[in-house]
Amino acid sequence: MTEEKSKVRVTNLHKYFGKLEVLKGIDMTVSEGEVVCLIGPSGSGKSTLLRCLNKLEESTKGEIIVDGYKISDKKTNINKVRENIGMVFQQFNLFAHMSVLKNIMFAPVELKVMSKAEAKEKAMSLLERVGLADKADSYPHQLSGGQKQRVAIARALAMNPDIMLFDEPTSALDPEMVGEVLQVMKELAAEGMTMVVVTHEMGFAREVADRVLFMDEGVICEQGSPEQVFGNPQQERTKDFLRKVL
Amino acid sequence: MDFALVFKQAWPMILEGLKVTLEISLLSIAIGMVIGLISCLMGLSKIKILNAISAVYVWIIRGTPMIVQAFIVYYGIPIIVQQFNPAFIISEFLAGTITLSLNAGAYLSEIFRSGIQAVDPGQIEASRSLGIPSGKTMFKVVLPQAFKITIPSIVNQFIITIKDTSILSVISLAELCNQAKQYSASTYRFFEIYIIVGLCYLAIISLLMILSKYVEKKVSYDRRKK
Repeated sequence: MTEEKSKVRVTNLHKYFGKLEVLKGIDMTVSEGEVVCLIGPSGSGKSTLLRCLNKLEESTKGEIIVDGYKISDKKTNINKVRENIGMVFQQFNLFAHMSVLKNIMFAPVELKVMSKAEAKEKAMSLLERVGLADKADSYPHQLSGGQKQRVAIARALAMNPDIMLFDEPTSALDPEMVGEVLQVMKELAAEGMTMVVVTHEMGFAREVADRVLFMDEGVICEQGSPEQVFGNPQQERTKDFLRKVL
Repeated sequence: MDFALVFKQAWPMILEGLKVTLEISLLSIAIGMVIGLISCLMGLSKIKILNAISAVYVWIIRGTPMIVQAFIVYYGIPIIVQQFNPAFIISEFLAGTITLSLNAGAYLSEIFRSGIQAVDPGQIEASRSLGIPSGKTMFKVVLPQAFKITIPSIVNQFIITIKDTSILSVISLAELCNQAKQYSASTYRFFEIYIIVGLCYLAIISLLMILSKYVEKKVSYDRRKK
């Protein structure tokens, strides 16, 4: 473990899909307790960058340090690091063959960090927190999109992660369900969770983010506080993008 | 036509044949499931040589008739083993079990593979992102869902395996069909005995189908969409 305060440190990250270079030298840091939102047009590499942070995508070149572990190093036990990184997906990806409760208990029980009783208690308190305690015995297909995503957040929190990654968590939701998911995320941010959020919800980014990173064509074009990026963008590409989405 | 007489005369033989048919079916299905799962996981592995072994196995079994496989196992294996142990004799039951297991294994391997590939890759990512190792992800997340998707195909393969036991009469395994052949050879009552034997197969397979409906219902958590 390094002494530094930053939870995520990415240095000169390059990522190729075949011959296509999707990340062209990314440098970024995320401090403890910071909420960083990644915005930008689709195909800009936001999701790929996020997925590199827990090695769902293998980086081609560069250094990635998360939670003090150098995950770009092949020798690092990635499973151990992932236990401390929660991830929430656009398509929820709840385990279809498990009840809501089992979904949340799965990792702590399988990885033997909690007894079944402890995991159940933890799961129930998390469900309470996301407002779905009454759905513990339901199966994913019985839930609405917003409910599924809140369960997915609870599942990601079950291992008491230090960092949470969100990959367009509201993009697959019906409009009326976006609010309930963002609300849970806001509460999480207020409690001091370190969060990296890929999002198209500019309102959320503006309100909750400590820092906004605008990405385009595999590079971070511009970054700063939400006031700076939304209120007074410096780059032509940022202005162009914001004109289209706001 | 005299069913009552044939039934009375042939009943002990039928019962014996039924026993052999059931035993070899169950044994071969069980072994075939294990072989199928191993072959399937080998086929999906990242190690090229394992892929190749699995592919060649499935290719050979699917590409040759079971009757040929049965003869090769029954006559071929003793020739090889007798090089080391001249006293070795293979029983019809053992040869039959090897043939049927290898046969069912190859088809089940393909069924399992298609089932595993039908599971949403997002399920694997979610599990891996929680820090669950890949092997555990396979057994706890992917296989249970793949199994559910493939139950109808698996049951279909069981039915084929049960019916294929009749082919083993060519290596003189005393299963149902062979018993009927023996009986009719001495009595010339072909019609009655084969009707009775046919009903026996029908009864076994009907039971299996009822059981499979029950299992399918038991493991269904999502009847709606997939």
